[in-house]
Amino acid sequence: MENKKENVISLLVNNKPDVLARVAGTLGGKGYNIETLCVDVTINPDVSKIILTTIGTKATVQKIEAQLARLIDVIKVENLTDVETVKRELALIRMALTADSKSELIRTINKLNCKILTFNSDHCVLEYRGTKCEVDKVLETLKPLGIDDVARTGIAALERKN
Amino acid sequence: MKMKGTQVLIECLKAEGVDVMFGYPGGSVIDIYDELYKSKFNHILVRHEQAAVHAADGYARATGKVGVALATSGPGATNTVTGIATANMDSIPIVVFTGQVPTHLIGNDAFQECDITGITRPCSKHNYLVRNPDELANTIHEAFHIARSGRPGPVLVDLPKNVIAAEIDYDPAKIKINATKLSLQPKPSSKKYVQLLEMLRAAKRPMLMTGGGILLGKATDELRAFARRAKLPVTSTLMGLGAFPGSDPLFLGMPGMHGTYFANMAISHCDLLICIGARFDDRVTGKIDTFASNAQIIHIDVDPSSINKNIVVDLPIVSDAKSALENINRLLKDNNYTATEAERKDWLDLIESWKKKAPLSYCQDGKIIKPQCVIETLYEVTKGKAIITTEVGQNQMWAAQFYKYDDPNTFISSGGLGTMGYGFPAALGVKLAFPDRIVVDVAGDGSIQMNIQEMATAMQYNIPVKIVLLNNGYLGMVRQWQELFYEKRYSNTDMTFQPDFLKVAEAYGWEAFRATTPDEIRPVLEKGLFSNRPCLMDFQVAREECVYPMVRPGASISEMTLGTREMTN
Repeated sequence: MENKKENVISLLVNNKPDVLARVAGTLGGKGYNIETLCVDVTINPDVSKIILTTIGTKATVQKIEAQLARLIDVIKVENLTDVETVKRELALIRMALTADSKSELIRTINKLNCKILTFNSDHCVLEYRGTKCEVDKVLETLKPLGIDDVARTGIAALERKN
Repeated sequence: MKMKGTQVLIECLKAEGVDVMFGYPGGSVIDIYDELYKSKFNHILVRHEQAAVHAADGYARATGKVGVALATSGPGATNTVTGIATANMDSIPIVVFTGQVPTHLIGNDAFQECDITGITRPCSKHNYLVRNPDELANTIHEAFHIARSGRPGPVLVDLPKNVIAAEIDYDPAKIKINATKLSLQPKPSSKKYVQLLEMLRAAKRPMLMTGGGILLGKATDELRAFARRAKLPVTSTLMGLGAFPGSDPLFLGMPGMHGTYFANMAISHCDLLICIGARFDDRVTGKIDTFASNAQIIHIDVDPSSINKNIVVDLPIVSDAKSALENINRLLKDNNYTATEAERKDWLDLIESWKKKAPLSYCQDGKIIKPQCVIETLYEVTKGKAIITTEVGQNQMWAAQFYKYDDPNTFISSGGLGTMGYGFPAALGVKLAFPDRIVVDVAGDGSIQMNIQEMATAMQYNIPVKIVLLNNGYLGMVRQWQELFYEKRYSNTDMTFQPDFLKVAEAYGWEAFRATTPDEIRPVLEKGLFSNRPCLMDFQVAREECVYPMVRPGASISEMTLGTREMTN
């Protein structure tokens, strides 16, 4: 059996209400889960970019790409998995604070290079930016200190074009 | 020019060359129906929306034009889904218009509201909900363009009541379809064709496998020229029957589960398989690992997502069938390539020996009608010139096996989705397109009951289609599987309780005849086929006849049972 791995697929699509549903349906209909998803309009307001990751074998992911390319509203499909890219993800992390944990938390935050966005007596919200792996690691480190909730953007990726 | 949305719709349909539309009115589309009335647009009132879509689909298959259906919102729209999915699986160009509640009510669970674009998203080529009246004309033209371009397919356009009632500034000169992507024609490198010719020259046992893509791409003449010049035996999938003449000595019939012994043997023994416009469906390939395992495979298809989907091929060519075959034929001519008799002799002799060993056969003895005999007699009586539609199941397989299709678009059947109830409404669409041809729906007693209400439509518009009913009182194909794989536990397939089909037909005003013995087959067909009225012919056939050859599900196509004997390699 061929190895499954995480694939990063970048799509340019028409900026229309049901396009995301078509893309999601194409994956979901074949039984593939979207692991991360990042969508925004491009500098051309008629066009959006969708960057998603999904786990699968090379052969299967190629089939998914061909299916996606067939959608009328999909302009371009690129697999960035094996391309030289910059990949980043942003996480917002809300920590529950206690009198005991505060000083330990501040030390950790400084070490981790997290940005403090808000801070009051009960909660603080942190921002962290990095690769998916780095975000995972930061969350792991913060977990014992009392994570209240997390929001992650999903991966944004861009080819380097050296 | 200012006009109402409904008028814009009619203008757009006229501009697209639509000469008939199949539909069923309702609250959300009452304004459209008012416009149809005023403009005297040719509209056929069916008795169920599913039939409207199948009729539009049959019309499209027979003519190569885009078929059009219209239904109201809610249940009208959901009734079109089976028809849309049928067309989608077989890549048939149709446009289905559905009514929708006014835009301000969408999402409010309004009366007869349903999210039909959401429902049909995975089973249509594309769909639209028109929210802005100014986009109506563009959207309609785009829908037709998408339906017929590339790999064709069904497109649904959902029309909210306020959008079609709006006053619109309509100027046909300003219509602009956003079709940059759609107009892209794949242009494979000429090296690929050179490689194809090299592979063809090197092959000792080459053959062609063709599918619906030949018919959709209108590439019949080019295919015939290529096959004859290169002396290639041709097997055709169900969807492609008629593209290569069924009576040609090079023709092998269908491959796959109910394919001929010799087509399946040829695929298993060939060393080069050139597949054009077929998609290696599981009913064709059987066990994937052993399919054409001795062959290099060339796959020509207009849809890149069909290539390497089920079968990994040696030479993929993304192109429509017509331009691919034109390129190939030109290359053959430029290189003075014509296969010689001597070079093909061994291969064609081997195939001939398989043909002799196990031709398509059945045994018509005794007093009970064999369904195969009905189809064979139908072929003789119509001299092979009828257009045949089918329902799904045993009737469909026998119609594919025992009628020889010499012309394109004369065998019309739901291949991919396998929709029971397809053949009769499809026949109505076909007959409207070709009023001078004999159009016959080959049906079973199960499937005919799925859209039998359309007998009224045939009478109302005087569409004299013919139904050849192979009546065995069973859901025959499922029963066959139960016999062969479920130790004859006939769970819920016995349909002995049935109406008197002659009386049903006569109640609708049809002619109707019955044959109960073999010697009645021909007279009944001769009485029924040539009259100018719709006619149902009820053939009481052997109840437990099976379709053979048969490849067991999951087995290699070289392992077939012929009923009385097992045949392998």
